[in-house]
Amino acid sequence: MTSLAVAPSEAEQSAAPRPGHLSLGKAFALVATHAVLVVGAVVMLLPFVWMFATAVRPPSEILAHPLDPFPRAFHGVENFTQALKTAPLLKFMANGVIVCAGILIVQLLVAIPAAYALAKLSFPGRSLLFGLVIAGLCIPIQVPALPLYIALANLGLLDTYFAMMVPFFISVFAIFLFRQTFKTFPDEIIQAARVDGVGEIEILWRIVVPSAWPAIAAFSVFSVVAHWNDLYWPMIVIQRLEYAPPPLGMLFFTGTESGANYGSLMAGATIITLPLVVLFLIARRRFVQGITMTGIK
Amino acid sequence: MTSALNIQPAAAARRRRIAALGALFAAPAAVLIVAILVVPVCMLLALSFTDYEIGAIAIRWVGTANFERAITDPVFRRAIANTLLYVAIVLPGGVALGLLFALLIHARTRTRGFYEVVYFLPVTTTLIAMAAVWQFLLHPRLGPVNAALKALGFSEQAFISDPKLLLPTLAAIGLWQVVGFNMVLFLAGLSAIPRDLYDAAAVDGAGGAVDRFLTVTWPMLAPTTLFVAVTTSITAFKVFDTVAALTQGKYGSEVLLYAIYLEGFQYFKMGYAAALTVVFLAFMLAFSLVQAFQLDRRVHYS
Repeated sequence: MTSLAVAPSEAEQSAAPRPGHLSLGKAFALVATHAVLVVGAVVMLLPFVWMFATAVRPPSEILAHPLDPFPRAFHGVENFTQALKTAPLLKFMANGVIVCAGILIVQLLVAIPAAYALAKLSFPGRSLLFGLVIAGLCIPIQVPALPLYIALANLGLLDTYFAMMVPFFISVFAIFLFRQTFKTFPDEIIQAARVDGVGEIEILWRIVVPSAWPAIAAFSVFSVVAHWNDLYWPMIVIQRLEYAPPPLGMLFFTGTESGANYGSLMAGATIITLPLVVLFLIARRRFVQGITMTGIK
Repeated sequence: MTSALNIQPAAAARRRRIAALGALFAAPAAVLIVAILVVPVCMLLALSFTDYEIGAIAIRWVGTANFERAITDPVFRRAIANTLLYVAIVLPGGVALGLLFALLIHARTRTRGFYEVVYFLPVTTTLIAMAAVWQFLLHPRLGPVNAALKALGFSEQAFISDPKLLLPTLAAIGLWQVVGFNMVLFLAGLSAIPRDLYDAAAVDGAGGAVDRFLTVTWPMLAPTTLFVAVTTSITAFKVFDTVAALTQGKYGSEVLLYAIYLEGFQYFKMGYAAALTVVFLAFMLAFSLVQAFQLDRRVHYS
């Protein structure tokens, strides 16, 4: 309880730092705070550390030293080669890139004009469309999944990239988020551009969209993470391995490799996990922004 | 005089042009919303009253038979019970731990970035890949968790194949992934609290850290807390990936979405799966209603 309540007093200290005059109680609170945070951090990192350690150690070590986080011999080349031989991991990732890029491009091309129309243009059916957007916010993919599957099966479109992407071409969340952002754009600038004879399409893409860049970037990160990691829908429409995105491919990989060779399994998990971790470390601010913006929802 | 008369038709023409452009801009989105959301959801509702199966020749209207069957179906009942138990662990745990870590990290200056990265890392990772890692960590013979238990003198535990431990284990993995997400939301909420409120509280005699938390932080965070609680409930209610990766519904680990997946896409009992999906949708709408009330309240307060 003491450590939980440290936050405000700590904040005061950073406002007026007097490092020499740390009282005993405050020093204790500081130690307790870091103790809790470090224990939490160890739990958070444990799977990553073990994944990587197991991916670079020989199989004999896994049995002999299950508690040692540091590999004694380096067996990484063999494990990673084995992982890439067992399953087409790079193909899975290429599929993931194709699907995420396709989804994101169509999402932006559809949502940006619609959001602009909802924010700045009055047209018949505007409130109906906005009502549908709001209603759509509470419907996850699992709800329309059955009818969409039946339709795709009847059209002979199962096992295609199109089937994996099509339910996500519309993002009501993107429309909602962009509408909120565009609404704050000053009307006077749009009016002035219209008076100058600038076309509405040009106003949208050259003037309004650049000003909404943070929201668009945050949504893009959100979209890529969601669809790179999505398992449910690909599991339904994809049977053939050559179209599998990373999570579905990993599921297959776990099935073939279970128990036999944890070294190559962990090497495979490392390969699958790495792109998003690297993306996160590069674009940390955008990730956090993406989440706090979804918080507006 | 003449110019005023000329402006009005010109303004009307401009309005009409804007309306046409607006309709044009919104048209692709409107078409896709109808094709991907409205029509499928209506079809789903209709399907839930039929016995449709993929490959079957005839389709029959069966009224509420699918829903009656669901109520007595032991697998579905277990799926609901498991899902609710999972939510009952992940919801309070995810909110409390997210808040705890946010409070502790918020006051850090030099180490804040480091802790943020560490706690957020699980959010970004592919859960299927990390489920394989957790399976290894919890392995009865090879995993470090059981090795640590044995070193400390406890007996080893079959975290995944023991039905008593299975759901708490799945919930622990769910917590591991959701805490960082909640922490980021709480951190945003904490930075929005005006500093002078703490000064005012100090003047009013709320000097202790616990007092300050109870009089300022907790009430000011209320909208954030409710939002975090709703999103955590929805995320937890949709638990699927870890079940698909670790048990495939074995050892009595059925959850709602996995039951729907099996009935609809493995056994192709579309009518029955549609009825189960309607139940799932009802839960989603209930969560969203709570959220709508919260938004309402936030508007009144601010």
